[in-house]
Amino acid sequence: MHELSVCQSLVDQVEQIALTHGAKSVELVKLRIGPLSGVEPLLLQHAYPFASAGTLAAESTLVIELVPIKVSCEACGTETEAEPGWLVCGACGSCHTTLVSGDEMMLMSVELIAAERTNHV
Amino acid sequence: MCDTCGCNITPGNREFAYKPVNGATAVAVLKSLLARNDDQAIHNRQHFDKHRLLAINLMSSPGSGKTALLEATIDALRDEYRIGVIEGDLETENDAKRIRAKGVPAYQITTGSACHLDAHMVHDALHQFPLAGLDILFIENVGNLVCPASFDLGQHRNVILLSVTEGDDKPAKYPVMFRAADLVLFTKSDLLPLLDDFSPARAEANLRNLASTVPVMQLAARKALGLQPWLEWLRSELAQQHARVDQGETTRSGIQAGVMRLHEAFR
Ligand SMILES: Nc1nc2c(ncn2[C@@H]2O[C@H](COP(=O)(O)OP(=O)(O)OP(=O)(O)O)[C@@H](O)[C@H]2O)c(=O)[nH]1
Ligand SMILES: [Mg+2]
Ligand SMILES: [Zn+2]
Ligand SMILES: [Zn+2]
Ligand SMILES: [Zn+2]
Ligand SMILES: [Zn+2]
Repeated sequence: MHELSVCQSLVDQVEQIALTHGAKSVELVKLRIGPLSGVEPLLLQHAYPFASAGTLAAESTLVIELVPIKVSCEACGTETEAEPGWLVCGACGSCHTTLVSGDEMMLMSVELIAAERTNHV
Repeated sequence: MCDTCGCNITPGNREFAYKPVNGATAVAVLKSLLARNDDQAIHNRQHFDKHRLLAINLMSSPGSGKTALLEATIDALRDEYRIGVIEGDLETENDAKRIRAKGVPAYQITTGSACHLDAHMVHDALHQFPLAGLDILFIENVGNLVCPASFDLGQHRNVILLSVTEGDDKPAKYPVMFRAADLVLFTKSDLLPLLDDFSPARAEANLRNLASTVPVMQLAARKALGLQPWLEWLRSELAQQHARVDQGETTRSGIQAGVMRLHEAFR
């Protein structure tokens, strides 16, 4: 299962951002995942507490937004929703389509808790 | 794009940017979850391009005939090209030994528990493996139709093998993998007469339903059947690689083009 290694890579990225911003901890992590990314959102969700334990992202919430598969047809120009194994135009049945969305595995944003300022009295 | 400066914020994604939410500060990121792997892959590709070699990632289920294809390819191209092979397996040096027995340098990566190669593993191998003088570097990925597709290794092309004993529905069942192909090979074609349920036409139709337009070939490496189109494809790809390098250009394998387009959509 590669979801754990994807998750570790995610946590590394998130922690790096928290460090860059001098944050105390991470509150929330938002992802956008499509069915054609090869990443299983549920497995990622399950792996997250283990991958984030002991990091600045421990205790943070992982929110995964699922993106539908959409294809744009080169033959008739229509944009339709599609299925992972069936990326054919829903309007005219042509298989000359390009993927508009559905292969995303994006870290969209993180919400950080700022470190308390102790330097100004 | 970079992590923190906000240069990747557009009207379409502004909702994710710097919005304070109950004491927390939201930071827009908009990077692939595999950004670190992808950065390493870009570096690997620079190594390959510096040596003017063509790097090909072979992916398939376990036992579809990746190593057998390499053995037959080495026999056929021995006098034409210098070939090197990086082997990825969970355990054992078996595949690297089979390649070395053909007189070709081979480096074995044993991944232990990881069911795929990643760009860092390949980079470690590159620095222990003489790239100088090679024309074609094959990377035989771990036999697995699922996760190897997600990890760019820096290769220029993905070749996916589907042996005729696996069933012609595999492209429909593993769309992420088959969408990543630049070339699909139906292997062990010598067994086709024995199988009444594998239809090459149906397998190809299942691939086309993924909106894939890549070439499809049928061959039997162990019987040296149908190798010519494959060898021609390699020759043509190597010529294209030389042309690209001479123009200071490079290319990524199938799925990466998709990812590139995706990132552009965020500009
Ligand atoms: N009949 C037939 N058998 C083949 C052919 N090519 C490979 N095989 C057999 O398929 C089995 C697996 O072949 P390999 O080349 O080891 O397959 P692989 O994809 O490298 O396997 P892994 O690296 O373990 O994933 C062996 O028993 C081969 O002899 C072929 O063209 N025809
Ligand atoms: Mg092998
Ligand atoms: Zn259409
Ligand atoms: Zn920037
Ligand atoms: Zn894996
Ligand atoms: Zn290097």
